[in-house]
Amino acid sequence: MTAQSKVAEIFETMEYGPAPESAATVREWLEQHKSTFGHFINGQWQVPAKGKWFEAQNPATGEKLGRVSLGTKNDVDAAVKAARKAQKSWAALDGFELAKYLYAVARLIQKNSRLLAVLETLNNGKPIRETRDLDVSLAARHFYHHAGWAQIMDQEFPGYEAYGVVGQVIPWNFPFLMLAWKIAPALAAGNTVVLKPAEFTPLSAVLFAELCEEAGLPPGVINIVQGDGSTGAEIVKHPDINKIAFTGSTEVGRIIRTATAGSGKALTLELGGKSPTIVFENADLDSAVEGVVDGIWLNQGEVCCAGSRLLLQEGIAEKMVAKLKRRMEHLRVGSPLDKAIDMGAIVSQEQWNKIDGLVKKGVSEGAILVQPGKDACPAKGCFYPPTMLTNVQPASTVAQEEIFGPVVSVLTFRTPEEAVLLANNTRYGLAASIWSENINLALDIAPKLKAGVVWINSTNMFDAACGFGGYRESGFGREGGREGMYSYLKPTFIKSLPVYKDDRKKLSAAKHTPAAVEGLLNVIDRTAKLYIGGKQARPDGNYSLSITDKKGRLIGQVGEGNRKDIRNAVEAAKKAEGWSKSAHHLRGQILYYIAENLSARHDEFKKRLVQITGAPPAAAAKEVDESIRRLFTYAAWADKYDGDVHYPPARLVSVAMKESVGILGLVCPDEAPLLGFVSLFAPAMAMGNRAVMIPSEKYPLSATDFYQIFDTSDVPAGVVNIVTGDRASLTKTLAEHDEVDGIWYFGSDVSGSALVEKSSVGNLKRTWVNDGLMRNWFDRAQAEGEEFLRHAVEVKNVWIPYGE
Amino acid sequence: MAKTNPHMTATHSLSHLPVKVIIQGHERNPGTALNLDWLEGINVNFSAVERRTATLLGRRTVKKEWQAAWLLKAVACMDLTTLSGDDTPGRVKRLCAKARHPLRDDMAAALGIEHLRLTTGAVCVYHEMVETAVKELEGTNIPVAAVAAGFPHGLSPLPQRLAEIKASVEAGAKEIDIVITRGHVLTGNWQALYDEVKAFREACGEAHLKSILATGELATLRNVAKASMVAMMAGSDFIKTSTGKESVNANLNVTMVMIRMIREFEEQTGYKVGYKPAGGIATAKDVMNYQFIMKEELGDAWLQPDLFRIGASSLLADIERQLEHYLTGRYSANNRHPVG
Repeated sequence: MTAQSKVAEIFETMEYGPAPESAATVREWLEQHKSTFGHFINGQWQVPAKGKWFEAQNPATGEKLGRVSLGTKNDVDAAVKAARKAQKSWAALDGFELAKYLYAVARLIQKNSRLLAVLETLNNGKPIRETRDLDVSLAARHFYHHAGWAQIMDQEFPGYEAYGVVGQVIPWNFPFLMLAWKIAPALAAGNTVVLKPAEFTPLSAVLFAELCEEAGLPPGVINIVQGDGSTGAEIVKHPDINKIAFTGSTEVGRIIRTATAGSGKALTLELGGKSPTIVFENADLDSAVEGVVDGIWLNQGEVCCAGSRLLLQEGIAEKMVAKLKRRMEHLRVGSPLDKAIDMGAIVSQEQWNKIDGLVKKGVSEGAILVQPGKDACPAKGCFYPPTMLTNVQPASTVAQEEIFGPVVSVLTFRTPEEAVLLANNTRYGLAASIWSENINLALDIAPKLKAGVVWINSTNMFDAACGFGGYRESGFGREGGREGMYSYLKPTFIKSLPVYKDDRKKLSAAKHTPAAVEGLLNVIDRTAKLYIGGKQARPDGNYSLSITDKKGRLIGQVGEGNRKDIRNAVEAAKKAEGWSKSAHHLRGQILYYIAENLSARHDEFKKRLVQITGAPPAAAAKEVDESIRRLFTYAAWADKYDGDVHYPPARLVSVAMKESVGILGLVCPDEAPLLGFVSLFAPAMAMGNRAVMIPSEKYPLSATDFYQIFDTSDVPAGVVNIVTGDRASLTKTLAEHDEVDGIWYFGSDVSGSALVEKSSVGNLKRTWVNDGLMRNWFDRAQAEGEEFLRHAVEVKNVWIPYGE
Repeated sequence: MAKTNPHMTATHSLSHLPVKVIIQGHERNPGTALNLDWLEGINVNFSAVERRTATLLGRRTVKKEWQAAWLLKAVACMDLTTLSGDDTPGRVKRLCAKARHPLRDDMAAALGIEHLRLTTGAVCVYHEMVETAVKELEGTNIPVAAVAAGFPHGLSPLPQRLAEIKASVEAGAKEIDIVITRGHVLTGNWQALYDEVKAFREACGEAHLKSILATGELATLRNVAKASMVAMMAGSDFIKTSTGKESVNANLNVTMVMIRMIREFEEQTGYKVGYKPAGGIATAKDVMNYQFIMKEELGDAWLQPDLFRIGASSLLADIERQLEHYLTGRYSANNRHPVG
């Protein structure tokens, strides 16, 4: 057939023809490397002569793109050593110098954007449209944005410094973008980096390292070690790495949390999700359909924040499903290098099998399968058609498990309340999308969703200025914006804190003996019980612990709490949910009221401190003074630790709301038994959290005395709950409790931190531990202020497009 | 559309209409009763519409012979237009000649499309020029479209506007491009809008009614959507964006909204209504974007001239140059192509 008559034929059919992007330049690049790729360590390319290799493939065709060296312990050691060597001088660079490097990298990404996009598409299988319009351009934006942070670091983050060497392990779904999200803030903050790309997608990191060479980055600042999970494990457990940043599955996130527990390594995790798209009956349904397309069929659904659960209000459910069916017929699945393709290839056969297995399971559980017509996918290559499962119930596997493929599960709801209930009915909490033309409704729902990112009338929008990250088992830490910078910074005082010795004495063997409290026999016994739900509650075990003074004399008794008491305390905290929604002004007022009442009983508390710790009266008075002052500090902060409004480059605002973490476990230090106690509950309360506190085991009496202060200060029942008793076992129960959203741990050697971090893996609660270091609770730089507030909030970015 | 199910079956709402008219494979829209419930349920999110159009353009492209074929199709869908105060019969003759013979013979031969006998979709003129145009287009299937009803402002007395339509039909116009009273939309007077368009439709008789909404003067996309729906309920065969005289002409956002309403109308009634963007569509690249959006949102049926027209005056010249570039590999110049 000649080309000419073909024109006439197409004139009738009006089909799209092929529109291939040329891969010639990438092929040249592969050729230059003889299709063999090693590690980038200390500014050198290291292609080992022997050792293990793995293949880099094009999942759309199965074509082998090259062989890649599999990094070993030795490679990781060498990379960490290089990073360590480079770190001091890197961090010591003037902000302007750092900024110039990052700016150069951003420029180089832009100048090589097509090469990067095509390489990424070849290696990952995602459409060239996305690598070109989204991955690479956002990556460049990330480096520009963080060049800016580097420039103004000194002014914006005084008192903070880099962690040191950061180990980063990134996934295969957005190989280059995730690299940028990890490396840009790490470098801006003054860290040096050892990064391991995903095994399926090693190549764009190689090109990136070459761009870093071109930008003249000093050797050792960026190190890329290629490899698989075993290589990643070497990074995670490496003793000379200060921080691990991981993006990937929740399953691996848990392994990393466990492996790093007690190591003193900082950790941020960006994990899985089962994000809801909620469509209300007053939505622009046609636009909501596009929201679903962007939400679940972007990147073949291989997106951590994919809108994989579609929640439809019952009245419009049928109509919306019909619209989606029609829309699905127009999605083009095929060669990812074709410029007019909506969905490319699934990254690997393994992933394809996982997707297909879950879809089959969904169908076997009653879901109805909707896929476009027969020719939806190319016959060859690793393609999966756009898929919708209707008739899905919350109990279905496909409503709960992350599929990580182009599969959306459709559920229905009746009321806004039910929408929130269903949306939050998941272990995850990464993202959510709300569709409604009623802005009142949308802005009412957004704060109620457990998700780090909420898009109103939009989906899957990202920007370097807006933090991205999850609640719950979607991980912790943020990437992007100011909050993302904090993920790569630590307070400068940390390095000079003294280390705890494990000198915690067991309570006396006579701890359960009946009381014979010296000097108290002639007053009415007021042995404190536990403080749960605004009332004194008898400990479940009905045992008491005797508390002695410095000389070993019995001075009082407290209830011996056990795991059931922790359970009850958490239940009470759960019921006090209203506190998290209370007005910030009110929180401040109540903290002032607490301060007022403590002040009124200054003398009593001073005496108590003298009695329990043996401190000189002046020192005890100072502790009470400082406690009152601290309460004032957080009363002041209560209505001032505001969120931010970001202006991403589009007609919208992104509102970074600072929300309470939820239920916080607070494990108090022994030193400064009153001030330490106040220093933890006050910021937690100020930010709207409900607390379950384990006071000092040695000196609990100033905490139990506080019950009456809480009682008389209008603190709503359940906002603060106190369980006295064996610190280690109570801490373990608290750290393991799946209803607890976060836990702060102070006041022991590193074994306590290890215990907390290890026990937190069940629900991946946020942990803030002392790593065996002793803060001085009287030093305000260490003991109060924004650092505490930051740990008391989750940042939720609500994206609000506007325009009429 | 949220609370109530506004489904009006075709048989129910159209029972008062006597004859079913089949045009090029689909039945002519007879209109429905004015259904305010449908309007109540219309929601349009501007930002989301904008994002859809913006990303769609990055998602679709046609190359080589596909591009050539698509551009030829655009010619077939073109309402070649002259609507100027200085129009004369001589000017209209020139235009009609171009409509009959839009491509150089050597190009048509090289493209292998001589057998298609390609013409534009229509010629669009003021009433005064209808007679000339009809005469010049004798022996072709090219319809003459006349703008009417107080074009472009739509504010002359109703009897006069109706008379205008009738006069143009009598003069041989097969299509009437009317303008609506924008004020009815801006004040939410849907009944008045419906009555007006319905009266125009009746005045048209057998001639096809293309309703110009003048979207650039309707303020919001929601208004555009509602006006589209009312115009279709009142029996429009086409809905059209602009007169070309407003400060904002056709664009992809209003297109997205109008054609989604066409889809909705078809879903509700079973009738296909055509779409005509007009004003400012001047390049081959522009017109392909419109084609992509039609194919994606409405399907292939709406790429054909019975359901898709493009109002344009200078677009053809750019398409000719692009087609010559496809054939020769060299960028072409305007002077190599006869003017219309």
